[in-house]
Amino acid sequence: MEKIPILRMGDFLLVTIQVDMHDRLAMALQEDLTQMISVTEAHGVLIDISSLEIVDSFIGRMLGNIAAMSRVLDAHTVVVGMQPAVAITLVELGLSLPGVRTALNVDAGMELLRSSVNGSRESNDGSIH
Amino acid sequence: MSTLPMERKNSSLVSILTRNQDEILAEWLKEMTSATRRSDLIKDSELRNECAEFLQRMKTALEANTNFESAAWDRVREMLVDVSRKRAMQGFTPTETAMFIFSAKRPLFTQIRRTFKDSAEGIADATWSATELLDAMGLYTTEFYQKSREEIIKRQQEDMLELSTPVVKLWDGILALPIIGTLDSARTQVVMESLLQAIVETNSKVAIIDITGVPTVDTVVAQHLLKTVTAARLMGADCIISGVRPQIAQTIVHLGINLMDITTKASLAAAFKVALDRTGFEFAKGEKK
Repeated sequence: MEKIPILRMGDFLLVTIQVDMHDRLAMALQEDLTQMISVTEAHGVLIDISSLEIVDSFIGRMLGNIAAMSRVLDAHTVVVGMQPAVAITLVELGLSLPGVRTALNVDAGMELLRSSVNGSRESNDGSIH
Repeated sequence: MSTLPMERKNSSLVSILTRNQDEILAEWLKEMTSATRRSDLIKDSELRNECAEFLQRMKTALEANTNFESAAWDRVREMLVDVSRKRAMQGFTPTETAMFIFSAKRPLFTQIRRTFKDSAEGIADATWSATELLDAMGLYTTEFYQKSREEIIKRQQEDMLELSTPVVKLWDGILALPIIGTLDSARTQVVMESLLQAIVETNSKVAIIDITGVPTVDTVVAQHLLKTVTAARLMGADCIISGVRPQIAQTIVHLGINLMDITTKASLAAAFKVALDRTGFEFAKGEKK
């Protein structure tokens, strides 16, 4: 069975979705990713969906769920590279993904992750001292 | 109804057309010149070719049968469509277009009268079948003229839709989309698509939607704007709405539309300043040397 690879880059996890998502694949990704976050203690997750061309409400909700779950596991999530057609579809489906942070490309996403992780680290440090 | 008289009339028309083709053509052209000839729109030689070609095709079709709807007349219909489409584009009026066919009546009838001479019945029969045919062709031409005009109007509408939603680049990473005119569903779709496409192409972080030129904002328009902003956000770009006029601000509040999550500015200049801030640019007034 095909599987979406999760790569580790320092403190962050990198997920690149390059195949059309179907429901079971999405569920497996959710499972793997939460597992991976807790094992690696990653502080950030970057999901690149630039090759994703078709979404349905299930995949849309799954993106929101993954972000919420990562949040619980103390990792920031950034979704990058969403195609215009995908964005329009999600909006028309009423899924505005309020909890998900977005960026135009992997570069901008990485920067966003770094700054938000640093920001939260500083505030954590402040509370300890 | 027997088919015999039909056959006879039909063959008589063919023979008339065959024998007097040049004469009919010449008279037809003369007829058109006196009626509705538009020498400013079409050249003599071109018209002559068209008429000759038409007579030729009509003759071939007549040899098969006189039913304008049948397959034998395909080539004639094809030519009529072509002619009326060309006329519609060149700016002929419907009358001028239809006259292409109807002005053929007189030369044709003249030939019929000459051929049958004393047989009143023969003249009546042949004239009737010729009239029937020419009328059908004339109507067909007019119908296609109408259709072509509608096509032209539709294309122009589409052009306007495209033209009225330009996405302009203000600075590195900053796009502006000045909207002029009322936003309906079809236009919003175009606006949304062109904005999102431009965001991807130019890698822009901030997009300013300027609604100075939008006369009224109702709940539907606001809904459309919100959708566009949300879609841009999903792709990782910030949207600012600028050019909110006082009346529009009042309407928005009275309608109870929530634009709290969106940055709104009164002028494009103010929005541009915010956009520069967000992308990390800064303007400073320099001393002149």
